[in-house]
Amino acid sequence: MATRLQFENSCEVGVFSKLTNAYCLVAIGGSENFYSAFESELADVIPVIKTSLGGTRIIGRLCAGNKNGLLVPHTTTDQELQHLRNSLPDQVVVQRIEEKLSALGNCIACNDHVALTHTDLDRETEEIIADVLGVEVFRQTIAGNILVGSYCAFSNRGGLVHPHTSIEDLDELSTLLQVPLVAGTINRGSEVIAAGMTVNDWTAFCGSDTTATELSVIESVFKLREAQPTAIVDEMRKSLIDTYV
Amino acid sequence: MHLFIFLHELVAMAANMFVVPQTKGTVLCCKCGILMAPNPANMCVTCLRSEVDITEGLRKHATIMHCPECDSYLQPPRTWLKAQLESKELLTYCVKRLETDLKKVRLVNAEFIWTEPHSKRIKVKLKVQKEVLNGAILEQSYVVEYVLQDHMCESCTRFQANPDQWVASVQLRQRVSHRRTFFYLEQLILKHDAAVHAIKIKQMDQGIDFFFANKSHALKFVEFLDKVAPTKRRESKQLVSHDPKNNSYNYKYTFSVEISPICREDLICLPPRVAVSLGNLGPLVICMKVTNNIALLDPCTPRQCFLDPDQYWRYSFKSLLGSRQLVEYDVFNVEVVSPEFNVGGSKYVMADVEVARVTDYGKLFYVRTHLGHILKPGDRALGYDLYGANNNDNELDKYQNLVIPEVILIKKSYEEKRQKKRGKPRPWKLKALDMELDESKGRGYEEKMNTEYEEFLRDLEENPELRFNLSLYRNKDYQPSEMASVSDGDDVPSVPLEELLADLELSEEEGGDDSMKD
Repeated sequence: MATRLQFENSCEVGVFSKLTNAYCLVAIGGSENFYSAFESELADVIPVIKTSLGGTRIIGRLCAGNKNGLLVPHTTTDQELQHLRNSLPDQVVVQRIEEKLSALGNCIACNDHVALTHTDLDRETEEIIADVLGVEVFRQTIAGNILVGSYCAFSNRGGLVHPHTSIEDLDELSTLLQVPLVAGTINRGSEVIAAGMTVNDWTAFCGSDTTATELSVIESVFKLREAQPTAIVDEMRKSLIDTYV
Repeated sequence: MHLFIFLHELVAMAANMFVVPQTKGTVLCCKCGILMAPNPANMCVTCLRSEVDITEGLRKHATIMHCPECDSYLQPPRTWLKAQLESKELLTYCVKRLETDLKKVRLVNAEFIWTEPHSKRIKVKLKVQKEVLNGAILEQSYVVEYVLQDHMCESCTRFQANPDQWVASVQLRQRVSHRRTFFYLEQLILKHDAAVHAIKIKQMDQGIDFFFANKSHALKFVEFLDKVAPTKRRESKQLVSHDPKNNSYNYKYTFSVEISPICREDLICLPPRVAVSLGNLGPLVICMKVTNNIALLDPCTPRQCFLDPDQYWRYSFKSLLGSRQLVEYDVFNVEVVSPEFNVGGSKYVMADVEVARVTDYGKLFYVRTHLGHILKPGDRALGYDLYGANNNDNELDKYQNLVIPEVILIKKSYEEKRQKKRGKPRPWKLKALDMELDESKGRGYEEKMNTEYEEFLRDLEENPELRFNLSLYRNKDYQPSEMASVSDGDDVPSVPLEELLADLELSEEEGGDDSMKD
């Protein structure tokens, strides 16, 4: 299910949080409301970690990650890095990247298998992404925007992209990502999808401005209605059985 | 309401690069969920409209001052703009009244919505554009209602208080005993509409007074008079009121315009200096024509000369004998002595004639005249009887041994033939200025005026060049007699029908059936 929430009166929840299938990072806010919204939804399944990156709260835009790993920018302090390593599950690799484009969240969009990146990222960075996150890397743009991390959000089950994306682009992207994509908006017509929401395979958090229509689009494309943390495994098993039988 | 979408156009097209075809996708409206093309607000038009009202805070009502008398509108602070209902000017004016509002939005269109003219309301439909929500441009139309508040403008207030408040007057005078010149001038003024701005015209002794509400109107009129008559003018002004605080002065202006006393057909004895300056003309000359120049003709030698007003007023001589003193002569014999010659457009022939006064056949006169072209033995002619005249003229006395002709003939007389026609209406008529008459004179004066007017009308009939500048109108009451008049070749001159204009009358009972101007 998708949840609507605010971070200190801002609807850009994707800026202040990072959600993957293995962990959730949350910015340190003045009150616990934001944190507890995540906590109540995810506490039983994955760790919810309060952190800052380079002393800032805009962690969602600065880091990129999936269930395999987490990439943090070079501005991250040693303490923060240590804190993340301590809090994250052992199988998640945390890697600090020396990349001049330090807002990694804006430059990289990924799920557990594929990553779209900013066209100007270093070749080393691209290799690190592939190694740490265990993904195939594609340099792409979305509706003419090079900040792919900002204008799209996708999980292993579906994705939402910039509303101006043409049908041809949409086809190409969904072929690369191997997930169904839809063009849409968030936060009552905002185009900056990833800033307004954060999503994993069974849940999504959206800004509180998001309308019912947008929410229903999100729930259907990310297949959140039937999704439970356990349901995925069930379905996977079912499909496996399907194939084998 | 329309929504404009600005897409980033690719420049690649121009560079002849390969362009991947782009099909525009659709998204769901974020509010109502209908399928639509993406736009900057990502909201469908209806939702956008319910969300934002760009006319919010713009004035929907305004009051404008309207002068009911002259149908003008107050443009603050003090200009009055004359405009018709539903005119372009009025629309501009109405939109201008909302100027402060329209700085916030962009005006695209404005049009009137019809309202009943007596409702004192004007409705204008405005279409405006404004940028809303992430650069989407919204267009919306709304109606502004203007309430007309009646408020008389300054000039109308002044006029209502006293319509005769004149600022400038023109006193036109000619120091002669008859009013012929003024009859002629009246027609000229009518023809040229020179006195349309006059608020009052008053007949005075030896002249007419014209009153104007505006100094410039009076000046224009004086300029007109300068062009049609040899005039001399003086100007004076009288202080009515003044306000030392804002340094404004209120004057009444008076223009005194005097027309030279020399009239057509007058006999003049030129002062020696004038005669010399004109190359020893005359000194006894006839005035043939008066426009803004005076045309003079020596009847004994066919010499002619023109005097311009400057030259005239330098000497300002008077006439020796006027048309009142004309005497009728019988013509007995005509001997042409010269070929035709031309004076101011008319042809004349010099001739020696033998004449005698109609009243007294006691003496025959042998004189030279310029009327050889129309005079025949047996005709009657009008002329000045210098033989019998008792002249008391300073100028004439200055000439020591001047041989004065005994008779100077001026024109042919049609008096005899006219007797038959007396009392019948003319087939034409003239218009008249709306003039206040001088009440102080008695009945005799009125009769004298009528006679002079009749003479003036005859003059017009006899002289085509006199009526050349005037407008003669067809007399509707005139019925041509059933008997076709047998013209014996020497009939009384009359005005040909084709010269007449039909009078344009737009009265209510007859809807202008035959009132087309020729």
